[in-house]
Amino acid sequence: MKTVKVGLGTCGISAGGELVYNKLRDEIAARNLDVVLKETGCMGMCYEEVLVEIEDNGGSALYSKVTVDRVGRIINDHLVNDKPVTEWIVKSKDIDKEKAFLHNQNRIVLRNCGVIDPTSIDEYIARDGYNAIQTVLKNNTPIEVIDLIIKSGLRGRGGGGFSTGMKWKFAHQEKADQKYIICNADEGDPGAFMDRSVLEGDPHSVLEGMMIAAYAIGSSEAYIYCRAEYPLAIRRLKNAIAQCESRGFLGKNIFGSQFSFMIRIKEGAGAFVCGEETALMASIEGKRGVPRLRPPFPANKGLWGKPTNINNVETFANVPWIINNGWDKYAALGTEKSKGTKVFALAGKISRSGLAEVPMGMTINEIVFDLGGGIKNGKKFKAVQMGGPSGGCIPASMGDLKIDYDEIVRTGAIMGSGGLIVLDETTCMVDLAKFFLNFTQNESCGKCTFCRIGTKRMLEILERITEGKGKETDIDLLLDLANKIRNSSLCGLGQTAPNPVLTTIKYFREEYEAHIHDKKCPAHSCPALITYSVDQEICKGCGLCIKECPVNAITGSKKAAHAINISLCIKCGKCFEVCNLDAVIKN
Amino acid sequence: MTNSEVPEKQSILNFKIDLINKRQQHGSLIPLLQSAQDSYGYIPEKVIHYISELVGIPSAEIYGVITFYSQFRLKPLGKNLIRICEGTACHVNGAKSILTVLQDELGISVDETSDDGLFSLQSVACLGCCSLAPVIMINNQTHGNLTTDKIKKIIKKYKAEEKVRVAS
Repeated sequence: MKTVKVGLGTCGISAGGELVYNKLRDEIAARNLDVVLKETGCMGMCYEEVLVEIEDNGGSALYSKVTVDRVGRIINDHLVNDKPVTEWIVKSKDIDKEKAFLHNQNRIVLRNCGVIDPTSIDEYIARDGYNAIQTVLKNNTPIEVIDLIIKSGLRGRGGGGFSTGMKWKFAHQEKADQKYIICNADEGDPGAFMDRSVLEGDPHSVLEGMMIAAYAIGSSEAYIYCRAEYPLAIRRLKNAIAQCESRGFLGKNIFGSQFSFMIRIKEGAGAFVCGEETALMASIEGKRGVPRLRPPFPANKGLWGKPTNINNVETFANVPWIINNGWDKYAALGTEKSKGTKVFALAGKISRSGLAEVPMGMTINEIVFDLGGGIKNGKKFKAVQMGGPSGGCIPASMGDLKIDYDEIVRTGAIMGSGGLIVLDETTCMVDLAKFFLNFTQNESCGKCTFCRIGTKRMLEILERITEGKGKETDIDLLLDLANKIRNSSLCGLGQTAPNPVLTTIKYFREEYEAHIHDKKCPAHSCPALITYSVDQEICKGCGLCIKECPVNAITGSKKAAHAINISLCIKCGKCFEVCNLDAVIKN
Repeated sequence: MTNSEVPEKQSILNFKIDLINKRQQHGSLIPLLQSAQDSYGYIPEKVIHYISELVGIPSAEIYGVITFYSQFRLKPLGKNLIRICEGTACHVNGAKSILTVLQDELGISVDETSDDGLFSLQSVACLGCCSLAPVIMINNQTHGNLTTDKIKKIIKKYKAEEKVRVAS
């Protein structure tokens, strides 16, 4: 019997996955076919959505870019007549169109994403699910579990990169009547979406990781703090927790042991700073999400004053695999100090955007070109932005850099949660720095003066630079402010807020100088510093730009070259976009 | 008057059940506020006082929590909530022009509600669908790989659906 799986993560759904799923369901029912239809999570190849996989006696065929219109032929040819529609298949026994993207990966965290039905606990169990927790409950003491995780070299995947096993050890050593486990699913870094994919595609692996952590530190209660912007992830988590409770995997005396454990979900309410652990705990307690001074660290005094261990989604999802496959297998992957794999969210100006899990130590060039297929539309690779608003831009000239925690820190960026935004020659680095400062300035909780007011001042300086009103002293002023904000802020948000500015000044200083001295934007991106004109040779006078111009700044009669009146032009760029002949030029 | 101003009896009833269930729990304030917002579409002043009495936290402190988090609002929303993603990937892929078109089409700026009560516009830091940039979310549905043309069509569709609904 054949099985049809449709990738229904948020990415699949917004690409039209539900429509495809419904059409398949209706057609299969109408024709009374003996076919099982299932949903699955994100397969990582977001650029090929909607993805539909048809399995048959062990073999499988993966269809990409499936639309409602294509469903009819796929059903007719493949499901009814056993003749796969080869031109639409990206991967099967004989076809391997996405080799570069798929074969360079090593999927540990994403082992089940896009493979199993995330709403089915049985499919998770069938792939070694809840095996690891049973193993440790039966064979290992908590200290042995902690030792295993320390030896595996697993480091916190939320960005800090602290040894997970050590973190567990600190919480384990505390004596208290109650300890808490928290799963940080407040993935707020713009540009990172791997945690969402794991929660949507394989929620049970996160729950199992939490169980093992709880057993190790001696906790019986846990919270998952999930962003409210991820409704599907929350739905899948609730479903997974309910399944575990009904099977007795959560509750009292799990698997006949002395270990009892329960998990609750707390929905975030929209505050980036709540990704910081002390702010997150304040938010769970129902307060404003404002960070506090550390020490005491959460492992000593955390949620409601009790010892607490906080790890992020990706970290937890690694844990069951390490137990099942051995710490040595995990430690064999990666670099000397960064073990295992890392999931990267590839986005921006890259051909293949999606999720890729690779061993630590792969170079930036390998990820951008081999996996990611290079830059979209044949443009030139300029830089990658890593680590979101706390991170920085690494220029293309450093493309041979091996990605691991420590190497990235050396550049001035950070690993962060693994968002990797690729930038091309049309991205203005000053504008990008401004974008991040705008973000951190908005999200600053307001507790520390330098973070609250300093980021605002930095933003104002960047605004005037991009408007062509920059002063000679502005770069020095930015560096000075950056230093003060970094040294005078309590939490990671403030301490790292200047990073995007510092790294862009470090590697792209000439762009700042061009804005300030020559009043020019080398990337032709800042509206105040560019002018539009029409190439009189190319323009055929079709009138499209005249129709689109919101301020009637373009004149010209039909079939004669048009012209833009610069004094009227508001530089909205609409003419540039609509021109089919590329006759509108930016200067 | 929009729908969100007249919550259905059932949803208010659910909210009250939630109140009773949750008031005993640690840290129930934010879930209660979320529940209130789900029921009323926003957090009315009288609800703040009501929650305050139940959980024993002063209204002023509750107000402080409400204004800290971007999810909470003290005014009713339009029928359709449009959230435009301003994440990095969206930013470098032209979210600005999408926002301009949206503002033109709807006649409102960010954090405003259209006069007919049909649309409210918000900007959010990141929707986490970066591979589909630029992205917007209308109610709970994500729309990705947007172009200025595509966004116009989507808005048109919502307006047309509303017309059909009014006519019937």
